[in-house]
Amino acid sequence: MFLINCPFCGEREQSEFKAGGEAHIVRPKQPTELSDDEWAEYLFMRKNIKGIQFERWNHVHGCRKWFNMVRDTSNDQIKAVYKMGEKPPVK
Amino acid sequence: MKNKYSIFSLIKNAFSYHENWEKAWKDPEPKKEYDAVIVGGGGHGLATAYYLAKKHNMKNIAVVEKGWIGGGNTGRNTTIIRSNYLWDASAGLYDHALKIWEGLSQELNYNVMFSQRGVMNLAHNLQDVRDLKRRTHANRLNGIDAVYLNTKEVKKFCPIINTSQNIRYPVLGGTLQRRAGTARHDAVAWGYARGADEMGVDIIQNCEVKGIKRNGDTVEGIETTKGFIKTKKIGVVAAGHSSVIANMAGLKLPLESKPLQALVSEPVKPIIDTVVMSNAVHAYVSQSDKGELVIGAGTDDYVSYSQKGSHDIVEGTLNAILELYPIFSRMRMLRQWGGIVDICPDASPIISKTSIKGLYFNCGWGTGGFKATPGSGDLFAHTIANDEPHKLNAAFNINRFVSGDLVDEHGAAAVAH
Repeated sequence: MFLINCPFCGEREQSEFKAGGEAHIVRPKQPTELSDDEWAEYLFMRKNIKGIQFERWNHVHGCRKWFNMVRDTSNDQIKAVYKMGEKPPVK
Repeated sequence: MKNKYSIFSLIKNAFSYHENWEKAWKDPEPKKEYDAVIVGGGGHGLATAYYLAKKHNMKNIAVVEKGWIGGGNTGRNTTIIRSNYLWDASAGLYDHALKIWEGLSQELNYNVMFSQRGVMNLAHNLQDVRDLKRRTHANRLNGIDAVYLNTKEVKKFCPIINTSQNIRYPVLGGTLQRRAGTARHDAVAWGYARGADEMGVDIIQNCEVKGIKRNGDTVEGIETTKGFIKTKKIGVVAAGHSSVIANMAGLKLPLESKPLQALVSEPVKPIIDTVVMSNAVHAYVSQSDKGELVIGAGTDDYVSYSQKGSHDIVEGTLNAILELYPIFSRMRMLRQWGGIVDICPDASPIISKTSIKGLYFNCGWGTGGFKATPGSGDLFAHTIANDEPHKLNAAFNINRFVSGDLVDEHGAAAVAH
């Protein structure tokens, strides 16, 4: 369990949030032209990194807004939090 | 040849104060080359090595383990064994394992303390009732024992359950698989290790894999903290760390690794002689032979390799436990821990070849891999030895995420994943 600094509400308990998985997976612009392999890559394949991971979170029991987070998955330390649409911070 | 464990060996060793027992497995340094290397010395990995040696006559093989054998999820699960899965493919896979469990202690000459005390799954709403009845029928069609119980029968089978209809999630019924039960998780790892070691398998502990060497689309060996090991076949059984190993080979897997927690209470006298699982409120409880209540909680929803989960998950589980079993209200919990489970999008495992020749993965068991340990090892050994899946694990190939032919056990199995 850890504290998350929601970019809209400030620091809250992690239990108020819902994790939304890996961030910056771009929805295909031309879904009809995708091969089965490309669909599998988009829908199912995940980096699942042990270390610094970029991910999406939702403050589901708060402002209910989505935002992005950079977190070290090996020890749950949060490195940065940034809003949707903003460029991810450089490591 | 190892000395057989028996009442006579027990008596004989009692005379020397149990100080001269033969080592159950050696602790060798790695050779330069093996016919196959298994990455991961948990139950599944050791079982794979055991069946490779026993059924496929591959004796020049090694199991490499980052820590110590059985120190990962094998030693962290809640030891529940059952095979009451909905879909045909899963039923085949898990019942294959259950059948091996039934004779495993004799086969290994090692008491894995397999106890067929039954597993009961509770229904708490109308949809649960429909799903559980449907699953009972599906199980029977697949030759798996299953009965549906009404509330009275649930109470009769496990009298300490609160079946009042005035609680938030009242017990409306349940299913029972009598052949299901528990086993001693450490003994499973140790028994397979001893059996594999006897057939010449090298079990190399404190040996972390650092890289996988490829020549084009073929594997050549693994880089480890104990040096390079040449091999043509690598079977990866690394549970929560499967994606980490896959990344070393330039592969991506459809997995997310998440913490799953469990906890045990102080030991008490026998109070619950079966395993009760509740999908809707997410509370699993059984009692170990030491008398501790063994309680399984749910996963956290974020990716983490930290081997610790959130307190609110434990709190949610204990709330449910206390409502269902008011008698436990003054119990104290002794220990709580987390393991990292690798979850597939369809909550079914992957036992498969990959696009790289000689690289095999056995992963994605998520929250319920322990029950499958013997079957998983048997089928993975078959897949590695023949470079072809057995018919029982053919459906669990990695290409199902491309073809769309998923084995969707999310919510369809007896528990929520």
